[in-house]
Amino acid sequence: MTKQALISIALVLGLLLGTPSAQAFEGGGLMSANINIKDKASLQRGAKIYFNYCSGCHSLHFMRYSRIAKDLGLTKQEVLNNLDFTGAKFRGHAISAMPEADAANWFGKPPPDLSLMVAQKGPDYVYTYLNSFYLDPSRPVGWNNTTFPNASMPNPLWELQGLQVPVMSQPADGGKPEVTGLKLAQKGRMTPAQFHSATRDLTAFLTYVSEPAALQRRSIGIWVLLYLAAFTLLAYLLKHEYWKDVH
Amino acid sequence: MSGAISRWINERAPSLVPMYRKHLSEYYAPKNFNVMYYFGSLAMLVLVNQILTGIFLAMFYKPSALEVFHGTSEAFASVYYIMRDVNWGWLIRYMHTTGASMFFVVVYLHMFRGLMYGSFKKPRELVWILGMLIFLALMAEAFMGYVLPWGNMSFWGAKVIISLFGAIPYVGETLVHWIMGDFSPADATLNRFFSLHVVALPMVLLLLVVLHLAALHEVGSNNPDGVEIKKHKNERGIPLDGIPFHPYYTVKDLFGVGVFLMVCAFIIFYAPTMGGWFLEHDNYIPANHLVTPAAIRPVWYFTPFYAILLMIPFKLPGVLAMFVGIFLLFLTPWIDRGAVKSIRYRGMGFKVALGLFAISFIGLGLVGAEVINEVVPQIFGPAADVTFWRNVFGRIMLAIYFGFFVFLWIYTYFGLEKTKPVPERVTTHD
Repeated sequence: MTKQALISIALVLGLLLGTPSAQAFEGGGLMSANINIKDKASLQRGAKIYFNYCSGCHSLHFMRYSRIAKDLGLTKQEVLNNLDFTGAKFRGHAISAMPEADAANWFGKPPPDLSLMVAQKGPDYVYTYLNSFYLDPSRPVGWNNTTFPNASMPNPLWELQGLQVPVMSQPADGGKPEVTGLKLAQKGRMTPAQFHSATRDLTAFLTYVSEPAALQRRSIGIWVLLYLAAFTLLAYLLKHEYWKDVH
Repeated sequence: MSGAISRWINERAPSLVPMYRKHLSEYYAPKNFNVMYYFGSLAMLVLVNQILTGIFLAMFYKPSALEVFHGTSEAFASVYYIMRDVNWGWLIRYMHTTGASMFFVVVYLHMFRGLMYGSFKKPRELVWILGMLIFLALMAEAFMGYVLPWGNMSFWGAKVIISLFGAIPYVGETLVHWIMGDFSPADATLNRFFSLHVVALPMVLLLLVVLHLAALHEVGSNNPDGVEIKKHKNERGIPLDGIPFHPYYTVKDLFGVGVFLMVCAFIIFYAPTMGGWFLEHDNYIPANHLVTPAAIRPVWYFTPFYAILLMIPFKLPGVLAMFVGIFLLFLTPWIDRGAVKSIRYRGMGFKVALGLFAISFIGLGLVGAEVINEVVPQIFGPAADVTFWRNVFGRIMLAIYFGFFVFLWIYTYFGLEKTKPVPERVTTHD
């Protein structure tokens, strides 16, 4: 009876907790990003990909180079040599060198700031999006994306991933064919498995960027909970002691 | 030494020690409080938390819609400055955001306790009404606080909620512009909401809490048996079933505080967004008057009332129904005419009705939060008419919500309730 009740409560809670995130993402069928932001090596690899392939167009207005160095266990020199390509100060923010007005001209609107992208969309969305680019000659920059159809962003990672082309449906009634899948038409420098791992690192880095405090709060939380557990036990004993006289 | 100090104080402010006695060491509370009686003191704890963390947030937050970089306001940027650059800023902010939601958790449970044990009944009507006023002030406080980060849900939430006043005939539109200080939520709105959120409403809340407690301590606390402990006193005039609030309930509440803080700490450190329920995904996007979020829905604690609005097809009647839905709670002491207070000794009809009322409140919440829209295709298949089933479900819940008050009046006014005998003294205690 109690077990059943607990299971139903857990199911309802799961439904409640799951729903808003599900609503925030368009379409279905997101791939699982499976990231681990405690894995510093993964975050470092992700940062390397980010600053080599993404930071040309995208900014991280809320992220300082110095903070990346501190949280990812890198030295000032390592960050300045390998991540900071704009000549920004060590304590400065990771802002793209691309002028906003030009970007708006080239892409229709400036590439969004990525400081909070994972907080907005979730890691699975970002991971799936990075894996969903395909060639589409009908688009202005020649690229399209199944996760975010008609995105104006070209695939910056194409030389790593290779070129994907769509698998189209062939409707019998002569209707409009739709993309049903993607396949690799030309190999890139990485195997599909390597590319998944690279985009996972990139997603992990962007997840960290969305909330750098996540690293701190998870390591502190357990001590706070242990302290509170001890406090609660003492409070219970105190209450028990006082209430002995209540008859 | 301490005797000298208390004498020194007593000579200058002779009413302080009697005040301490009246409200703590000689305030006699029934000895049979159960777990439902923790939530009043917890609400006060959360209020203190909100004020303290709010003071620190206000040191760094900037209520300005001025654009600092593409599409991002100074207000939005200052929130993430707090989250990243201010020492322990993330902790202070998560304590504040978690506190906001937990405030409603404890207040809803506190109100439900009042309904269960008849704490709103004579002679405690005024305590109930002051509590309801606290609830109203809290809703206004929470709404304005939600606008401050100037995310996209802040903006659109403000637009939708303020536009409700537009339903008022003749003056509606003018009133909406007057509240916003602009034709759309803008810098002027943000500044006045900041002022109201950090100065005006906290003062109102504190005053109302003082009055709520003062009114309570005049009549004394109710209890799970719904008996008046003042009916049986000893020769010194102390209720036989009463124990001094301090130290007995201060130490007991301390235990409740420990358990409650563990729940809060778990959320703050491991799930501060609560999967998008306490901090919504769309509010990580800066306010944009050109891009409407896929679904504009209020934070979870407003969803039951928002659902009343959704379920009624016309704007003005919808707004009226929403306010009536809250106002009926004010009138509960006069709607419920039953002499028996506690659910323990009330008729089966009341028990079923109160259960259904709680279910309808949660059900309306699920409608308002659009959880129902997700569930319908899972139950009726992907081709199901989501709006139709949502409306069917939501209107049944709406009928139960309002039906509760109608039933309660008929049930008690015409004497249909078959109550059990109420004991003279309290029956249980720890």
